[in-house]
Amino acid sequence: MTIKHILKLCVLLLIFSCASSHISKIEGKRIDIDNSLKPQQEIENFIAPYRAHINKNMDSIISYAPQTYTKSDGSYNTAIGNLMADAVFSESNPVFHQRTQQNIDFAILNHGGIRSIISKGNITIRTAFEVMPFENSVVVVALKGTQIQDMMTYLSKAKRAHPVSHQLQLILDKNSNIKTATVHGKPIDDNKIYYVATNDYLYSGGDGMTFFHPNEGLYVLNYKIRDVLIDNFKKKDTLNPIRDRRFIKLED
Amino acid sequence: MKRRHFIQKSTAATVLAGVGGLSLQSFSPSKTKKITILHTNDVHSHIDPFGPEDGRNANKGGVARRATLVESIRKENPNTLLLDAGDIFQGTPYFNYYGGELEFKLMSMLKYDVATIGNHDFDNGIDGLYAQIPHADFEFVSANYDFTNTVMDTHVKPYKIIIKDGIKIGIFGLGIQLDGLVNKEMYKETVYHNPIEIAQDMSRILKEEQSCDLVICLSHLGYNYKNNPNKVSDITVARATKDIDLIIGGHTHTFLPKPTIEKNSVGKNVLVNQVGCFGLYLGKIDFYFQPGKEVSSDGTSIIV
Repeated sequence: MTIKHILKLCVLLLIFSCASSHISKIEGKRIDIDNSLKPQQEIENFIAPYRAHINKNMDSIISYAPQTYTKSDGSYNTAIGNLMADAVFSESNPVFHQRTQQNIDFAILNHGGIRSIISKGNITIRTAFEVMPFENSVVVVALKGTQIQDMMTYLSKAKRAHPVSHQLQLILDKNSNIKTATVHGKPIDDNKIYYVATNDYLYSGGDGMTFFHPNEGLYVLNYKIRDVLIDNFKKKDTLNPIRDRRFIKLED
Repeated sequence: MKRRHFIQKSTAATVLAGVGGLSLQSFSPSKTKKITILHTNDVHSHIDPFGPEDGRNANKGGVARRATLVESIRKENPNTLLLDAGDIFQGTPYFNYYGGELEFKLMSMLKYDVATIGNHDFDNGIDGLYAQIPHADFEFVSANYDFTNTVMDTHVKPYKIIIKDGIKIGIFGLGIQLDGLVNKEMYKETVYHNPIEIAQDMSRILKEEQSCDLVICLSHLGYNYKNNPNKVSDITVARATKDIDLIIGGHTHTFLPKPTIEKNSVGKNVLVNQVGCFGLYLGKIDFYFQPGKEVSSDGTSIIV
């Protein structure tokens, strides 16, 4: 082998070592994270004070429930739904009034948005997280009476206990047609503007609630539904929600 | 002839070395390099493991356990990257109380390298995300979100290049359309661009201009939309692009038992993976490299 050959070989080696690499083999798998893995102590220690603070706060008692309330307690209105819709009305209206000098007429939520029961016993912050785990917040929509009529039609056809606050009364006849629909005891005026509190999910058309569009204005309160519940529960020693006649269907 | 072999793990794993790689392997057999890619997605603030009474995920998950696993894999192969495909935020009171601070701090302790941004990472608004950035010792990539007119400007790069053991790894991010999914109030002036076009640009930049040996797409687009096949997803990105080696996905909480092998626009294989949600699993993809250009059309074995 001459020097020339060795040089050639060197150049060849250089070319190979400078050239980029290519993938020759790929292995893929999924690994379970379960109790066969020992938790890393450093991480555990880091989380501990955060966890302790949350648990202490979450378990702080803010009210009391004399009974257990569930969203299946009634066909057209339930105690838990009435509690939530009335809370949205009463906690949001002062905020809305301060900003606009107007008052909310009523509140509407959706039956599916009640995410948990309220169990008999102490009410804690955790209860509010269970009932409303999502981050949805209150919006107030200015709607013409004609849109409110569409809402009543929706409620009559949905046949579900979508929560409404007590300022609204909707009575269906035995065929589920609207018998009477009133706000503050007065029939709905097609030309009047109503201020309706709801959450941002429903405003965006969630649960098929298309009647929020078109509208005469939107007011974003940046007030989470969960915080509404916490603020509301804190004001009462005992929650006494009841099923009433705000939204009913007549049987004969 | 198929460009790459697929060999199920259960079958003869000894047929590994592709015939094409043989000449180079015999030339310098010691030069094989291994890069390990670990990944999570949609952890949704699940810091603690699920309790023993949980109906679906009893005793699964937990960041402290994930830390142990990642550390042991890193010990075995220091050339390991840890990536997250978004929706780090929202799902437990840890987020409600601390706004994502603990999630980012723990990911930093686990030495995450790169993450992309999911729709739920906007849940406290873009300002809420920005407020937590100081707690993240890892980088964010998103190539199709333009944050120029937001507080996040300069805090998110289209891609990140990391060199491990001389192997150049390019990682770019893709995010889902925010309109209709996230309140405009939350994402503000974030501009969404078509992920397919961006992915085509990115893979060209990373492969051709930057000469990356490995191109990874970190996506929060969703795995696949069967009822809406035209909706952009990891599968449609895989099929419409070239030069991407791996797409790590999120958003749809898809529990893939093993990575999917898809064909790209020039008939080459792309791996698409997603490990469900809530930190119940860790994805692990090992890439083995040989020096030199791929000399044969039959060079790569994929074992999944």
